[in-house]
Amino acid sequence: MGRNDMSEQANSQIQAASPSFETEVDILTIEHPLREAARMFARNKAAVGGLILLVGILILTLVVPFFYTVDPFDLVWAPLSPPGTENAPFGTDYLGRDILAGIVHGGSATLAVGASAALLAVVIGLSVGSLAGYYGGWVDEVLMRITEFFQVLPTLLFAMVIVALFRPSVATVAFAIGVVSWTAVARLARSEFLRIRSLDYIKAARSISSSNRRIIWLVILPNAMPPLVVQATLAVGGAILFEAGLSFLGLSDPNVMSWGFMIGSSRDYLMDAWWTVTIPGIFIFLTVLSVSLIGDGLNDATNPKLRER
Amino acid sequence: MTEETLLSIENLKVHFPLKTRGFSAPKSFVHAVDGIDLKIAKGKTFGIVGESGSGKTTTALAVMRLVPITSGAITLGDQRLDRLEGEELRRARRHMQIIFQDPYSSLNPRVRAGAIVREPMDLMDVGEKSEREDLVAELFRQVGLRPEQQALFPHQFSGGQRQRIGVARALASQPDLVVCDEPVSALDVAIQAQIINLLRKLQAELGLTYLFISHDLGVVQYICDDIAVMYLGKIVEMGDRISLFKEPLHPYTWALLSAVPSADPALRDRADRIRLQGDPPSPIDPPPGCGFASRCPFSQALCTMEAPQLRTIRTGHSVACHFVSDDGVPPQRKI
Ligand SMILES: Nc1ncnc2c1ncn2[C@@H]1O[C@H](COP(=O)(O)OP(=O)(O)OP(=O)(O)O)[C@@H](O)[C@H]1O
Ligand code: SF4
Ligand SMILES: [Mg+2]
Repeated sequence: MGRNDMSEQANSQIQAASPSFETEVDILTIEHPLREAARMFARNKAAVGGLILLVGILILTLVVPFFYTVDPFDLVWAPLSPPGTENAPFGTDYLGRDILAGIVHGGSATLAVGASAALLAVVIGLSVGSLAGYYGGWVDEVLMRITEFFQVLPTLLFAMVIVALFRPSVATVAFAIGVVSWTAVARLARSEFLRIRSLDYIKAARSISSSNRRIIWLVILPNAMPPLVVQATLAVGGAILFEAGLSFLGLSDPNVMSWGFMIGSSRDYLMDAWWTVTIPGIFIFLTVLSVSLIGDGLNDATNPKLRER
Repeated sequence: MTEETLLSIENLKVHFPLKTRGFSAPKSFVHAVDGIDLKIAKGKTFGIVGESGSGKTTTALAVMRLVPITSGAITLGDQRLDRLEGEELRRARRHMQIIFQDPYSSLNPRVRAGAIVREPMDLMDVGEKSEREDLVAELFRQVGLRPEQQALFPHQFSGGQRQRIGVARALASQPDLVVCDEPVSALDVAIQAQIINLLRKLQAELGLTYLFISHDLGVVQYICDDIAVMYLGKIVEMGDRISLFKEPLHPYTWALLSAVPSADPALRDRADRIRLQGDPPSPIDPPPGCGFASRCPFSQALCTMEAPQLRTIRTGHSVACHFVSDDGVPPQRKI
């Protein structure tokens, strides 16, 4: 790592300082930013690994259900059969439901809740935080009061109220989770916007007549991205776990199987039948891992400082 | 011999409200710039010197309309900059540009050097679209970079080269006034001279007018035609280079000059006697009277009661001190 850094630095210094011949030609051909980012992403082994993992999970939850048609609510075998049992490769839960069927059929609900709740949290958090940090003054004051209000609410209780008011469904659960978890994104976005706003290149942008919209979206946001992407990937993981918590309390659609539901309903059997909780737990872990590897990779791919030429 | 004035500042004040919790109106203000007047002739370089916190950067930012102006008038050519808003302000911006002190934080790390220099042209409609590529390449050459380096990102350049990109960006809109806020103080000494000479060369080629801010009197003496010395948000002495360096009148100016190796030895002896001690007072709601009184060896009762006004002592040389006589005899220590 250290050696890499050094040679990269030395390289760029040489690039910048000496009139070398090869640079003259290829330096002028500027690649399209998206293409370049894709190329950089493809070079990152961990990120590509994460992408392959996520594609695998998507195939498992979106395609495999058409082939593995066991109903996850059917009682197929003796309760609490361990993995490897005939007809139930991942074992069964306390009612004798097939855990493999739960994994295959429950993934899509979990992913849908995780992704849409995280998206909602990021959209609300980013809007609130960026406006507060950029404009400061009374805008900041008002928005931060609102954020504080949501932050001190007991999140689980609040989510329960939302879900209880409407009928529990994938959409209401996602909405409830999104609404209670945007504050962390908002605080982070605000502090990043505050920090970057005071840098000289923002003054430079203003002095060349950039509009506020341009400064917020095209100047500050790209520079604020790295911690926000990390936060967003955390939000996906957080949302999936939150969904598990709500399911445990019986606040999810009882007719929809999800990984969280599996963990929630089998929590009491952890000591007697580890697989009932551990197997869906592993899949949640793999999902969160893949998302965070991809997030890291995207960050690095769009950060010019980490690009070796 | 009348020179055409490009920039004139009249009684400019910039007061920052101190943060208050909640919505209550602020009670205290930082008097960063507290009533300054100056005029810059077209094609000249006007220097502002003063120690840290004296309000130099705030003055620069006020001229650039990058901080809210509390009161006063700023006129560029025949346009009242302080009154412009919205679209009018955006259009006026191409006539004034700024070079920042820190070549690291003044360039967006995610934008290539070429795009950094190109952006002002696109945003402020400089030239024809088809010409801009050539204009950018030409600017790169003018500031001593190679046009092929356009594709590089800021971190791939050295500090001095980054500052050259900053200069090119400032020139991209073909401005009349270029505000240089300590453009070399973050650079190695060897590089400083290169950038200063580049600025001088560009001024000669393009007829630029500079508002040049520095705390380094050596640099200021080399590049500036007229100089104002700032202390605690006010101009305490102002004059042309020769008069100011030869016969400084304000005790604070002597103290500053004592730090310059090239200054007249006789002057340095006098300056030695009033070596600056302690820190300047806080600019938050400053008391009435001369801002320098707390550190001035000649201070008397009058100094803490009444603020001295800037008086012209001879053509092109004025000072704000109660005890400089009208014929230019500086204050003497009472025995
Ligand atoms: N946005 C702001 N809000 C509140 N106070 C400020 C703000 N900007 C500057 N100040 C204060 O105004 C005073 C003048 O600051 P300024 O940056 O203009 O000084 P300077 O002469 O450029 O100093 P330096 O040599 O350190 O750059 C300082 O006391 C500073 O703390
Ligand atoms: S007015 Fe008084 S305190 Fe101020 S510089 Fe002159 S002698 Fe010193
Ligand atoms: Mg400054």
